[in-house]
Amino acid sequence: MHQLTCGIEIHQQLDTHKLFCSCRSRLVEEEGNRFRRRLRPTQSEMGEIDRAVLAQAERRMHFTYQAPHGVSCLVEADEEPPHDADEEAMQASLIVSAMLNCRVMDEVHFMRKIVIDGSNTSGFQRTALVAVDGHLEVNGRKIGILSLCLEEDAARKVETKDREVTYRLDRLGIPLIEIATAPDMHDPDEVKEVAQRLGSMLRSTRKVKRGLGTIREDLNISVPDGARVEIKGAQDLSLLPTYVRNEMERQRSLIEIRRILRERGAVPVPVVAKDISALLNDSRSKVIRSALSKGGKVFCSALPLFAGTMRSADGKLRLGAELAQHARSRGVAGIFHSDELPAYGITVEEVQAIRKELCLQDGDAFALCADAADRAEPALLAAVARANQALVGVPEETRDPLPDGTSVYSRPLPGAGRMYPETDVKPILIGKDRLEHISQNLPELPEERMARISREYGVNEQQSRQLVKDGFDELFEEVAKDRAMAAVAARTFLSTYPELMKEGVDLGSLTDERVKEAFAALSAGRFAKEALPAVLKELANGSGVEKAVNALGLGSLDQGEAAGIIDMIIKERAEFVREKGEAAVGPLMGVAMKELRGKVDGRQAADLLKERVQAFLKG
Amino acid sequence: MTYSERARQLLASSHASEGDTVRLKAGGKDHSGMLMPHHDFSHPDVIVIKLKSGYNIGIMVDDSSELNVEVKAQERYSKAIAPSKVSDLPVISFLGTGGTIASYVDYRTGAVHPALKAEELVATVPELTEICRMRSKVVFSIFSENMDVAHWQELAGAVAEELNSGVEGVIIPHGTDTLGFTSAALSFMLGDVPRPVVLVGAQRSSDRPSSDSYGNLLSAARFCVNANAAGIFVLMHGETSDTCAHVHRGTKVRKMHASRRDAFRSLNAAPVAVLDLDGGLKMASQCHPKNDVKVQADTRMEPNVGLLHFYPGLSAEAVSRFADGLRGLVIAGTGLGHVSRDLVRGLKNLTSQGITVVMTTQCLEGRVNLNVYDTGRDLLSAGVIPGEDMLPETALVKLMYVLGRTDEPDKVRELMLTDLRGEISERREL
Repeated sequence: MHQLTCGIEIHQQLDTHKLFCSCRSRLVEEEGNRFRRRLRPTQSEMGEIDRAVLAQAERRMHFTYQAPHGVSCLVEADEEPPHDADEEAMQASLIVSAMLNCRVMDEVHFMRKIVIDGSNTSGFQRTALVAVDGHLEVNGRKIGILSLCLEEDAARKVETKDREVTYRLDRLGIPLIEIATAPDMHDPDEVKEVAQRLGSMLRSTRKVKRGLGTIREDLNISVPDGARVEIKGAQDLSLLPTYVRNEMERQRSLIEIRRILRERGAVPVPVVAKDISALLNDSRSKVIRSALSKGGKVFCSALPLFAGTMRSADGKLRLGAELAQHARSRGVAGIFHSDELPAYGITVEEVQAIRKELCLQDGDAFALCADAADRAEPALLAAVARANQALVGVPEETRDPLPDGTSVYSRPLPGAGRMYPETDVKPILIGKDRLEHISQNLPELPEERMARISREYGVNEQQSRQLVKDGFDELFEEVAKDRAMAAVAARTFLSTYPELMKEGVDLGSLTDERVKEAFAALSAGRFAKEALPAVLKELANGSGVEKAVNALGLGSLDQGEAAGIIDMIIKERAEFVREKGEAAVGPLMGVAMKELRGKVDGRQAADLLKERVQAFLKG
Repeated sequence: MTYSERARQLLASSHASEGDTVRLKAGGKDHSGMLMPHHDFSHPDVIVIKLKSGYNIGIMVDDSSELNVEVKAQERYSKAIAPSKVSDLPVISFLGTGGTIASYVDYRTGAVHPALKAEELVATVPELTEICRMRSKVVFSIFSENMDVAHWQELAGAVAEELNSGVEGVIIPHGTDTLGFTSAALSFMLGDVPRPVVLVGAQRSSDRPSSDSYGNLLSAARFCVNANAAGIFVLMHGETSDTCAHVHRGTKVRKMHASRRDAFRSLNAAPVAVLDLDGGLKMASQCHPKNDVKVQADTRMEPNVGLLHFYPGLSAEAVSRFADGLRGLVIAGTGLGHVSRDLVRGLKNLTSQGITVVMTTQCLEGRVNLNVYDTGRDLLSAGVIPGEDMLPETALVKLMYVLGRTDEPDKVRELMLTDLRGEISERREL
């Protein structure tokens, strides 16, 4: 049996107009007009609506939307029916389907998938199944493709404040190609390979957006005896193996916790919470004092036989973290559990008092939560319910990826999505001729491109492979139109970029346009290639090329000026030069480059230095 | 488009019906899923099935295709619905006309079923039971663009009957396209009603979580119960945000946008009231208070009345052909109420034949004034009646109403120039 079963779902934004209107597909800083809406759950059949659920839903589902100009219109505001699906986006999805050897539907029908978290103004996402049953090959292994869908991206969450969520409509309606692979991956590193391969195939259509946030991955992960857990919306490809490893680890530890609890004979805990505010009236814990001083309460629940599973001494068992995440999903800052107490200002005496109050024995655990009463109690109950799931094993759930490679609980796995036809959008008949034409005109496949780049631009094969894999091929080809730039461009994307990233430079804000400008300036001799990393750094901070060059004191020297500087250096060290003769060139090079870096090309500087030293020695 | 003969026969020979789980062999592939209704814009040879994943796909069939029913559809059943709780809340009568203001989706097939009966309304908008007791009647079930004078008459009769039975108010869910015509027609035919009669619609269908129908329906019920206002009103969203609903006088309201929630506006008048969607009510203009007078629907109408939108080049000849057989004609003229010189002569011709001609403005906002320019004065000389600040549609309905009870030209002119139901405002504020 495989130690890992993993499938991925990749969501790639297309660089076309929006899917159902003529707005540009672009994220903007501008907030634009604002409006507010409510969403309510619609019911499927008569009489199914629960009054209490409805009231609760109603209270929560108020949303504010920002509608920036140019990138949103009445369609995004749910004030005008959708237009016909964007032809270019449809074509791109068919091309990708063909590249992945998928079977395309005879007629594509758009559906409405109910989503009431506010991320769609309509309360549903429009999505269509375009193709099924494909495959791709990665490192000689065949990975199945279950489906390819064309759908609209959701609005962008920009703020959450006091249960009120604000979304911006710039992202809503951007076309997305969603590709779901079969659960065919069994190695964390293979997951990244497959994602990279899919990414480079998508990019080869030249119709997709590039840059952070334009491609998002969902990982479906399970280990033997575990459960399907979905990590939704990972953006950094290099972290995918880490997410997978951490999730495998997490599932295994939950399986271990279940074994321990069962061995101890633990049974489901009553989902109740006790108000213990009085016990902690004089507590010095900041969290507790802050809650109580605002009229809040402290609730506590017993977790018999759970001691040591909340957080084991070696840190390997961490059920407490799971409980806390469930509590947080109900709007509190967190919980305290007995494995981590006394701490956080809660004293040994207070812990003992709580244990006494709850009649706990050794081996029992407890969890407590301090906040406004109407928040603390439901949050703690959610945590207790999560504790009970530990007896069953790994719960199926959706988790949010964190930048450190771990993930947190976000919600239970959605059921079979409620879908019904989007009657406002015409079905699209896909003719045989059209598919035929597409398959005869497929874009260059990644490996073809690797070979061609290596051949055409004179970079080595390993470099061209990496350029394609990392998605720099398109930009590389544009920059390297000036063949003199090819070597430096390859080095920049493959070495300089990772170094800059390590330094903490935000490459996400370095647009392709800026990079092209920088290379144009380099090619025009505005500065020397050694200065390129520093220039890119300035550009990433928002400078223009001109400004960056000035700020760095660059600006190329002509031969005469450079010779003057070098002569000065030689003159200052005349004795040393006479003593060493031509051998002085080596030691002097460092001194010279200090003055000339970025202003004169390194090799030119070396030649010039040698020439001036010789001239000096000749007298 | 419907099915081709080929597709139809394939379905008929296998006795497949919508909702059945079928296996369809076509194009060398096997497809399994639930048979869906044929989409209007689907290719005639395409059969639509819903896959297990929930997605619909269209499959092209040919003569070699095979279809087998694997599982017959289960009978749809609605759960028994508890009758409205007995309470001492006021009774509101809901008169259905066919708009799908409240409906529920069968997610299995994607079909949207309108909620017409009170029980169904309660089930879709349960909060209504906190505001009122409900009773309901389906008067007819048609798209609002298919309504005609006979429907208005039938509806007016039904409203009168409900009002006279002592209800607190009448709510009429109605398609939005011709909502303004119906509200004007009811205004004239019912006269001074003792209670509020509120027409209400939705610009987003109620199968969507974002629908405006719930807010509009609840606000209509709250207005009936909480406002001391009698009359014929239209209630719709006040702005694009889900913040408030506006109540408009039935003769002063017009749909001013093809799709927005806040499409309905009072023209040449302020809205009657503003309700915030959480229940707050602010009256914005004077209304008749509620009373207990009985009402009689006077449904006499002359249907042979027309409405024409003037445009440059509209010939007197075309108008005269249009007016053939009509007893009255409303013109939406330019600006203050003008038409071309050629047409002035044409209209004179019509009035001399005994056809009543009323001038309104296609600007919609503002009042017709035929005293300012030569053309206006010529129109007056031609016997055209200036329609004050009436909406063209309201003037049309009013002319039907007036001609329905008198032939007397002077009487007709007098009634058209008199404010009968709030359709003419004396003043328009800046």
